[in-house]
Amino acid sequence: MHNKTITELSKALREKEFSSVELTQSYLDRIKKHNALNSFITIDEELALEGAKVADTILANTNTNTNLLTGIPIAQKDIFCTQGVKTSCGSKMLDNFISPYNATVVENFNNAGAVMLGKLNMDEFAMGSSNETSFYGSVQNPWNTRCVPGGSSGGSASAVAARLTPAATGTDTGGSIRQPASFCGITGLKPTYGRVSRYGMIAFASSLDQAGPMTRSVEDAALLLQTMSGFDTKDSTSIDIPVPNYSASLNNNLEGLKIGLPKEFFSEGLNNDVAQTIESAINEYRKMGAEIKEVSLPHMKLSIPVYYVIAPAECSANLSRFDGVRFGYRCPEPKDLNDLYIRSRGEAFGDEVKRRILMGTYALSAGYYDAYYIKAQKVRRLISEDFKQAFAEVDVLMGPVSPSPTFGLGEKTADPIEMYLADIYTIAVNLAGLPAISIPAGFADEKPVGLQIISNYFTEPHLLNIAHKFQQTTHWHQLSPKGFE
Amino acid sequence: MEWETVIGLEIHAQLATKSKIFSSASTAYGAEPNTQACAIDLGLPGVLPVLNQEVVRMAVKFGMAIDAKIAPYSVFARKNYFYPDLPKGYQISQMDHPIVGTGHLDIEVDGSNKRIGITRAHLEEDAGKSLHENFPDSTGIDLNRAGTPLLEIVSEPDMRSAQEAVAYMRKIHELVQYLEICDGNMQEGSFRCDANVSIRPKGQKTLGTRAELKNINSFKFVEKAINIEVGRQIDILEGGGTVIQETRLYDADKNKTRSMRSKEEANDYRYFPDPDLLPVEITNELYQQVRTELPELPSAKRLRFQKQYQQDEEISTTLTSSRQLADYYEGVVKTSECDAKLCSNWVSGTFLGALNKAGLEINESPVNYERLAGLIKRIADQTISGKIAKQVFEELWNNNATADEIIEKQGLKQITDSKEIETLIDKIIADNPKQVEQYLSGKDKVFGFFVGQTMKASQGKASPREVNKILKNKLK
Repeated sequence: MHNKTITELSKALREKEFSSVELTQSYLDRIKKHNALNSFITIDEELALEGAKVADTILANTNTNTNLLTGIPIAQKDIFCTQGVKTSCGSKMLDNFISPYNATVVENFNNAGAVMLGKLNMDEFAMGSSNETSFYGSVQNPWNTRCVPGGSSGGSASAVAARLTPAATGTDTGGSIRQPASFCGITGLKPTYGRVSRYGMIAFASSLDQAGPMTRSVEDAALLLQTMSGFDTKDSTSIDIPVPNYSASLNNNLEGLKIGLPKEFFSEGLNNDVAQTIESAINEYRKMGAEIKEVSLPHMKLSIPVYYVIAPAECSANLSRFDGVRFGYRCPEPKDLNDLYIRSRGEAFGDEVKRRILMGTYALSAGYYDAYYIKAQKVRRLISEDFKQAFAEVDVLMGPVSPSPTFGLGEKTADPIEMYLADIYTIAVNLAGLPAISIPAGFADEKPVGLQIISNYFTEPHLLNIAHKFQQTTHWHQLSPKGFE
Repeated sequence: MEWETVIGLEIHAQLATKSKIFSSASTAYGAEPNTQACAIDLGLPGVLPVLNQEVVRMAVKFGMAIDAKIAPYSVFARKNYFYPDLPKGYQISQMDHPIVGTGHLDIEVDGSNKRIGITRAHLEEDAGKSLHENFPDSTGIDLNRAGTPLLEIVSEPDMRSAQEAVAYMRKIHELVQYLEICDGNMQEGSFRCDANVSIRPKGQKTLGTRAELKNINSFKFVEKAINIEVGRQIDILEGGGTVIQETRLYDADKNKTRSMRSKEEANDYRYFPDPDLLPVEITNELYQQVRTELPELPSAKRLRFQKQYQQDEEISTTLTSSRQLADYYEGVVKTSECDAKLCSNWVSGTFLGALNKAGLEINESPVNYERLAGLIKRIADQTISGKIAKQVFEELWNNNATADEIIEKQGLKQITDSKEIETLIDKIIADNPKQVEQYLSGKDKVFGFFVGQTMKASQGKASPREVNKILKNKLK
């Protein structure tokens, strides 16, 4: 049953082919069997089976009107607060943190009757591109267990690719859904900023963070997004516009579609095999009758420096609340207040988190603020303008998600800059707040390669439609990594 | 050398909302520690602030009252510093784009008016409280106050004496209560101020180095603290020293200021716009709506009282010293339909005196304006004399009866029947031949004796006017 899509599972549950308890148990068994992947931080069997029982009752009492996710197991990235379940954010700092409340996203899944299998591994506080900054250890890529799953939603991508869960949630601040989705050969959608509530999602960089689904198909992504989306009065940055039916337009015809290829996505630095895979994917669209056109995003090259000013600046303040006073890690026997701060934070934050707090603190300091933060915000606007210009000419943009496929565990940890450069194609999208998806497009050196499709604000139905059409004519998303069939 | 004092005030007025500025927790004072702090106030991982729109209306109201520019867009910023009672490690405040821009307020010192500039007023959240008592080896944290809305009102350095500073602070205090945006309770910390104090040789244009006196919570202390600080600075400069820029605390017990931290030790707050909150937009609709809610302001009310009720400046000032008192007075005038001066004598005299003696606020008064009006009516129509009225007022204060009920029940109705009074007077004249002789021989003062005796005999109920008239006739 673990090879079925959510739509198929949902149908099977309704036709009593198996119960949610049986389904949940089978996934729990798979998680245990493949625990070497280290994709989960917390597995709560009892809670999951309890949830499955409740779902079975709902499914038994009603017929067709229940939510399609009722009884479907899902797993949450450990960045979402889950009431009564440890929410670590991949950090020693929150290793002892049991949230007293649910994130809105979690609450939405609960209301839909979905069953939570557990909490997924991630880079510490979502800072990383390989899941190697996690306090709970690195995660294996099921396609090549010596390779990273990408990050920061590495646990999510690995678990979905290995069929340890039908679907997972992720968050994307600079590519944290799309890059691991690409590395693990799954579908990952970053919605428009403001589409999904950030309430209860532990903040890394508030103006960039956005939650989204990580699934094996676009069809499943549409289902998850339907449940995750919506205006939330608890999040001032969530946007109050109606949520469309994301599944309804999946099969729309793509005749006349105008696709833009930003030339900056295909310049030097792009791995040849990745380039070829992307080109053949784009050919599929050409065959479907799309018009392909080169466009330019002239300021995109500035997106990495801009991002590494804005994201650390915001994170330096967002992470100040972890001070050892009210929750989380507190150093043993602090001598005084300063000692409490210095040791609690010094002992519980990992190197990458510390590096970003320091960068952000520096960028906001008196005398540097105008040169870094203000300047970065100005360039951010220019980057958004670039996209605006491009969308005046074409409907969507396509290109690679990452310049190279997955790399070996430990290969890039020594050089943060090289690690940062791996996000070159994803970061600009966050700076502009646009929706984008990564879908499996083939392989480079036997490693999965994702095609990135970027569309205009709140055009997720169209974006999903375009991505779904690709999955109708290709089989990449259906392939299982060896040993996880 | 002659020195000039330069003072600017930063006043923190706690906005009188029911819930906090970014959460729905209650702002009520005096609850058990940490019982009014929700997940948002505690700064738990993942929580987000949502602006209480009421604070925006209140800030706009204040801005209108000081004739200020209201910013169509204002921005919340994070002020970063670590402190145990600051849950998020930053305070949400406003920096570059405050909601209220430049305005002004006129104060009166020694009979002359002076205009004080107001640089800005911005919204921010309060921090919690650190508790040191009862915690011998540690510090307790109470986060009930965390997230309480504050309006910080920053003046220009326009004040030249402690007296002016107090006058300005009083004026702001009166204004925020008039606007009903702050309860003005200084003991509970709802209204407090920091004073920036510097001195310079008289005539010098540039400002001297200032000291910031922190967290002063009474008018008396503001005056004392400034005077002490000015004295300290003069001593330093006249002794050939230099004043350093620093933050100082006023110690009321020792009547001294002491250094808290120098400029070098000051935090770099690393302000930046809070990405969790959208800019605050003041729509024209909101602006117009608040405009219609704006009450009559103290100075306008004072002038109106002088004109409409023919009151002198002093009485008008007393009657308009709070919006409640002014409303009370107008309630009395309207209900009693009596002479405005008779009403003001009673409200500002007997009534206020009784309130002060009992230590009560207007809204706690046992005598509402309707019952006081009932009493004044009976004075005006001469049912009772002013003296008896005082007696009735005491009864009003102590029980729930109306003035009419009290007068009726205790038989306090004034005796206006001249025959009855004549009978009393005839007896008094007969009983006091010596005094009659004295009076008739030219000692006019003795007349008072007869009046007193008559009133006494009537138990105060005789109409004084009648008594006078009849006595004058009888003693010819």
